[in-house]
Amino acid sequence: MTFPPEVLQITILSLQISALATGISLLIGLPLGTLLALGKFWGRSFFLSIVNTGMGLPPVVVGLFVAMMLWRSGPFGDMNLIYTPMAIIIAQTVISAPVVIGLTAAALQSLDPRLRLQLYGLGASRWQMIWALWREARLPLLAALMAGFGSVISEVGASMMVGGNIRHQTRVLTTAIVLETGKGNFEIAIALGILLLTITFLVNWALTWIQQRGEE
Amino acid sequence: MKKITLLPLLILALITACAQPAPAPLILATTTSTQDSGLLDLLVPIFEEQSGYTVQTIAVGTGAALKMAEEGNADVLLVHAPSAEKELMDAGFGRDRLLVMHNDFVFVGPSNDPASIRSLTSAGEALVNISSSQTGFVSRGDGSGTHKKERAIWSSVGISPAWDGYIESGQGMGATLIIASEKQAYTMTDRATYLANQDNLDLEIMVEGDEVLLNVYHVITVNPDNWENINYKGALAFAEFMTSDETQALIKEFGIEEYGQPLFFSDAHKTDAELGVE
Repeated sequence: MTFPPEVLQITILSLQISALATGISLLIGLPLGTLLALGKFWGRSFFLSIVNTGMGLPPVVVGLFVAMMLWRSGPFGDMNLIYTPMAIIIAQTVISAPVVIGLTAAALQSLDPRLRLQLYGLGASRWQMIWALWREARLPLLAALMAGFGSVISEVGASMMVGGNIRHQTRVLTTAIVLETGKGNFEIAIALGILLLTITFLVNWALTWIQQRGEE
Repeated sequence: MKKITLLPLLILALITACAQPAPAPLILATTTSTQDSGLLDLLVPIFEEQSGYTVQTIAVGTGAALKMAEEGNADVLLVHAPSAEKELMDAGFGRDRLLVMHNDFVFVGPSNDPASIRSLTSAGEALVNISSSQTGFVSRGDGSGTHKKERAIWSSVGISPAWDGYIESGQGMGATLIIASEKQAYTMTDRATYLANQDNLDLEIMVEGDEVLLNVYHVITVNPDNWENINYKGALAFAEFMTSDETQALIKEFGIEEYGQPLFFSDAHKTDAELGVE
């Protein structure tokens, strides 16, 4: 049984893409989730419901939608993003952002509301307060991060549609597994699956360690 | 009757009602191109009605279909990779192998034809032109019947394709065609899949008719000697159905109404030699 020679390249690409997508999700998700949790504005509940529904978005539908946007026949076709790693990053961000936003909102809403009053009482500015709340909620927030990462590192439908599984360019671990299975190379497919699980485990181990630090 | 015994009796009655022995399902492993053509959507229901079998059509890559036969996970195959099929038969994994039909492969590409292959009659020459002009070409790259045919033609002209524009999609024909269309590159496709998808594609047929582009389908029954629960009776019934005169007539006409040309050509009861395959 021989691994496809580019396993290392495929693995690194998978990590780069999913890490970037999760990172972007965090950058937009953390503030948005905080806004939804703490803000008071018309339609807050409604938007929160949309986000929570978004957590269950079928990835392959996201893939189809993003592909329709990026195909030459689509509105953004001129950007030539289809079948590039960037296209996969876009699709994966759409998949993981609702997860991060929704779980961030839930994490912050589960904090004792008196904590906010206490912090204001101590003279905290808005930003100082938000930062303090984030620190206080770091356990569920890191869980949100891990959930966001988990939702995309293992994703295959969208990655296949917008990435195209092109060898050396957009082939990632999950699409490689589909390919090897289609070829009948079940042992290689399983080995790649174990590799994917191991990578995911290592990432989550690191994040869990950060999460649990100082919780003794 | 006491109330308390009514419920268990009711459950027992339901279980007995559901436990009617159903005819064993027939697992048909075929390739994604065959499934995409729509032919099986026409033929399988007819077979199911005539024979009483329930067919589970699994469309996988050629390699996986052959592997399923080796491991007894399918009862009958409908595939189009003659040399790989021969290996399967020689290794004793298949019992009967019957010629069913053929269609052909064509080269498709962008209308501006950067490699100047339009209306060449030789597939090999077309690939030579594509390779030397270094224009885009999308290969299946997945060990499928189509991919094997493409590799064989490259071999026949002594070229090992490897330039930036030569990419492998590792996916089925439909997806590969979309990639080729998006990138305005050439690709080799079976005519049926191209016709079925042409409304979504920005590609034209460039080269066709070379004998080497024949794509021949066989139905293979999996050898029941190797595995206990192979539905050999059903497999043989399906093989006979596919080669029967009525089915062959349906195959001959399939696609004419929608595309103005048939997608397949019936070949049952001819010999492999007549079609130039092994």
